[in-house]
Amino acid sequence: MSLFRNAHSRWQRANRLGDLNTALIALAPVVLLFAIFNIYPIVYSGYLSLMKWDGLSADRTFVGLDNYQEIFNSPIFLNSLIVTAKYAIGVTILGVGLALIVAVLLNSVVRGRTLYRTLYFIPVVTSTIAIAIVWRLLMAPGFGYADIVLRNMGITPPTPSWLRNPTWALYIVILVGTWKRLGFNIVIYMAGLQGIPGEYYDAAKVDGAGPFARFRYITVPLLSQITLLLVIMSIIDAFLIFDVVYVLTDGGPIGTTEVIGLLLYRQAFRYFDLGSASAIGWVIFAIVFMATLLQWRLFGLKENRT
Amino acid sequence: MSVSERISSSAATSFARHIPWSSLPIHGLLLAGAVVMIVPFMWMLTLSLKPAELTHTEPYLIPTTFQWSNYTEAWAAASFERYYLNSAIMTLGITVGQVIFSSLAAFAFARLEFRGKEVLFLLFLGTMMVPFHVILIPSYLIIRNLGWTDTFQALIIPRLISAFGIFLLRQYYHNIPRELDEAAMMDGCSRLGTWWRIVLPLSGPALATLAIFAFLFAWNDFLWPLVVTNDPDMRTVQLGLAMFQGRYGTQWTLLMAGTVSATVPTILAFLVGQRWFIASIAQTGLKG
Repeated sequence: MSLFRNAHSRWQRANRLGDLNTALIALAPVVLLFAIFNIYPIVYSGYLSLMKWDGLSADRTFVGLDNYQEIFNSPIFLNSLIVTAKYAIGVTILGVGLALIVAVLLNSVVRGRTLYRTLYFIPVVTSTIAIAIVWRLLMAPGFGYADIVLRNMGITPPTPSWLRNPTWALYIVILVGTWKRLGFNIVIYMAGLQGIPGEYYDAAKVDGAGPFARFRYITVPLLSQITLLLVIMSIIDAFLIFDVVYVLTDGGPIGTTEVIGLLLYRQAFRYFDLGSASAIGWVIFAIVFMATLLQWRLFGLKENRT
Repeated sequence: MSVSERISSSAATSFARHIPWSSLPIHGLLLAGAVVMIVPFMWMLTLSLKPAELTHTEPYLIPTTFQWSNYTEAWAAASFERYYLNSAIMTLGITVGQVIFSSLAAFAFARLEFRGKEVLFLLFLGTMMVPFHVILIPSYLIIRNLGWTDTFQALIIPRLISAFGIFLLRQYYHNIPRELDEAAMMDGCSRLGTWWRIVLPLSGPALATLAIFAFLFAWNDFLWPLVVTNDPDMRTVQLGLAMFQGRYGTQWTLLMAGTVSATVPTILAFLVGQRWFIASIAQTGLKG
């Protein structure tokens, strides 16, 4: 018996050793790449945010938190924070609200559901650069499709034209951002709708609830978790936006669409102020981090409960 | 009643049940929405096939002329072949790398017992929250110090690992019965051999999902290639397209031919892998 137990524990030990050796092999490439291209850059970025450096010259001076102080006193940075926040609010309200409506409508039809879903989803997988270029032409002064349609309806488009108009440019960027991510939100909402038992609706119907009451008192509350998730994801993505704005407006006119990601890029690769650019990166991180923590608090806890 | 009669009559009832006339307004709304989603694509396609002199004439959304030479002209005006080749190499490298490395790591996290596993996994989880913007500048400096600017290493190697991929596959690997590993090892299979012979062959759908995500991410990526390449010969399709817009911004027909060329691969990939892709996105919402 003890012989058997010995053999068994020896087998277990050998097994565990085998596991460890295998894990070393299996994880080596990932850990190595991860250390070089994730961990080290994170530390390095924190260090850079405390320095004044143009990335080339030998003089690299430690300035403590000056870069942070500098950006928070800079009207350009504060403007970019506000622009990004406006973009985040616009894309979140429009993108999540419209997605809920479309998902509910899609869920109520049987024929053509997959086809509709595909059509709504295609912008999600299309390259942002291509999309931004197409939208630039759609909104082009005079010959763009938007102007053509409006003129046919007897409406005069604004001057200066959409993307050159300080009032309109950000709205157009929000519109394009919403259009691009709508399909993603729809798919997640549709999955949530599948999880609501049909009996709830049947019972409500028996009680005489109309379609709007059923939407208001069954669908909306039961999807509130998903709504919250989509809102947070949407805010996080909004603070990381870069490509669309880079092509559509490059931050103009007069900084009205200069989102924070664009400012970071400009600061680093056009003005070579790596210290401030890194500090801007950490501010973005702080915002995204708070949103993620919120997400984990709200969703992580629930996961533990169930 | 014959079988076919029964089928057709049940099809008729289900038709009547599923398309009641009251659902027509819903279809109307959905169709209107779908049209809005598709208009930019129709506009792009129509322009790309128009002769230059008809650029600003009707029809705007339905191709009636087919000036295919716009495509050859666009491809001749900028080195789109080169961009395509660069994007293809980069995308292939990233996709294959992410699939293999994520799978290996997920295998270790899901099916092996070793000390420090939880800590390491939490570390992955934690750094996933750090946005790319934070590591952009240091990553660029590392590439420059390695002398990798304008190389495929720069485009591929820093993006070979995907925390998302590791999570996705780890979840999947938890659900493959461990008895299979044990049985294989009884038969003399090594521990790593169980990854190759048991886990990999059983994880087709998960690998396909990750591959599609990696493909779309790599093909559409813009900021990183923008930062680590200067040489026009190292431009990817997205970079080339952005530069092309700068130079041929006024020649809409050529510009749109270039844009269509850049979007076709991802739309095709999506249409092919739609099922897995949509299913895994839908999962995101169900975790809560």
